[in-house]
Amino acid sequence: MSDSESASFMPEHPPVTDWVHDFDHTDPTWTENPFPIWEQLRAASPVVHTERFLGCYMPTTYQAVKEIAYDTEHFSSRRVIVRDVRPDITARAPPITSDPPEHKPAKQLLLPPFTPDAMKKLEPRVRAICNELIDGFIADGRCDAAAHYTKHIPVRAIAHMLGIPENDGDLFIKWIHEILELGIKDDSILMRAVQDMTGYFAGHLAQRRQRPSDDLISTLMQAKGPDGQPLPDEHVLGSLRLLLIAGIDTTWSAIGSSLWHLAKTPADRERLVAEPKLIPTAIEEFLRAYSPVTMAREVMKEATISGCPVKPGNMVLLSFPAANRDPAVFSDADKVVIDRKENRHAAFGLGIHRCVGSNLARMEMTVAIEEWLKRIPNFRLDPAGKVTWSEGTVRGPRQLPMLFGKNA
Amino acid sequence: MSKLKIRVDQDKCQGHARCKSLAPELFELDEYGNAHEVGDGSVPAGLEDKAWLAQTNCPEIAIEVTEE
Repeated sequence: MSDSESASFMPEHPPVTDWVHDFDHTDPTWTENPFPIWEQLRAASPVVHTERFLGCYMPTTYQAVKEIAYDTEHFSSRRVIVRDVRPDITARAPPITSDPPEHKPAKQLLLPPFTPDAMKKLEPRVRAICNELIDGFIADGRCDAAAHYTKHIPVRAIAHMLGIPENDGDLFIKWIHEILELGIKDDSILMRAVQDMTGYFAGHLAQRRQRPSDDLISTLMQAKGPDGQPLPDEHVLGSLRLLLIAGIDTTWSAIGSSLWHLAKTPADRERLVAEPKLIPTAIEEFLRAYSPVTMAREVMKEATISGCPVKPGNMVLLSFPAANRDPAVFSDADKVVIDRKENRHAAFGLGIHRCVGSNLARMEMTVAIEEWLKRIPNFRLDPAGKVTWSEGTVRGPRQLPMLFGKNA
Repeated sequence: MSKLKIRVDQDKCQGHARCKSLAPELFELDEYGNAHEVGDGSVPAGLEDKAWLAQTNCPEIAIEVTEE
């Protein structure tokens, strides 16, 4: 389903005229260019509120985002997407939807497979994936880098880790689009996608019960919970849904935004081609300036954040991307400085919910940019095409038309 | 230059691993990916800049650098 087709199913939100008191992270203006909006909100208050989404706050400063991220007593992770509806919680995805004390044991199960050393073992496969993709379009002198490159790298990498067919990628991308974008406004689409995904993974669990394999699904199936017993299937299925949902369009977005920046900034592109050792530092800056992931919390108890009262019954749009643009913490916060030395960015979150896949994402981003620059050092945005951005929780280019080679 | 000593606060570290990537000589990661200072945390001569770089890039502000 394309974005234009699916858009017709979405109930319309009225356009925003007063961002400070009525913000909406699904508004087309926000989707297209959120940075001036965040600046306006930050100038108004460290915490702003909207009546949309049944009531939602947004911390606008790094400090306010950090206070909320560290405060698991007043703010729960049981809902991690700000949506139009707040139905009963049925499908949990531990540890992202877990609070203390359940959070730590659930998270610790997932940490060892995602350490930097584990990622080094996966790196050659990711490098090969990138080159296979580039082989598919390099002779054309043009491509939609979002549809034909950045999208497929994280899908194939996580499929490889989980031990599921890399060819099922289109299915995963459809579910993720339904859960993270369409699901904000239509609960039935989200529920169906979650069910389909659960059924898909239940099939893989059944297969491995017959024939255990050496992959992440088997690792989770063999893991023991805090009580020393194997994890219930419900927990394993929830964690698998999480890995698929969190592992794909996040990194797809991060690689896409990095390439988008390099396509329109020849000086940075030329410098990284000449100094590939700078790429990891540049990747941290792309993560800061174009952080893809906005999380959510639910207010459980009355609290005060950066001097602002916050009341239960509301959600919180936990915008790490906005925190990373706060000039109180980052000099030249609105500029992309690819050799930025001090960069305490929070693109992967702060506190106990630090992204479990951060080492995977960094490796994929670094390899994807290295391989692209090696083979396509000279490229630009296609002026005849249009760059489009995803809506809502994860921000990144979904169409990224590029010219290179004979067209550069 | 005075001698530096580093310490990773285990209550604060969340395993972002920025320190390990910026100063691999000074930090090691455990099986969960959380960082620990190598040995007693003494910074060998010549690695002072890396110690400060790790400190200023830790998102959780979990790294303490002290001058002895």
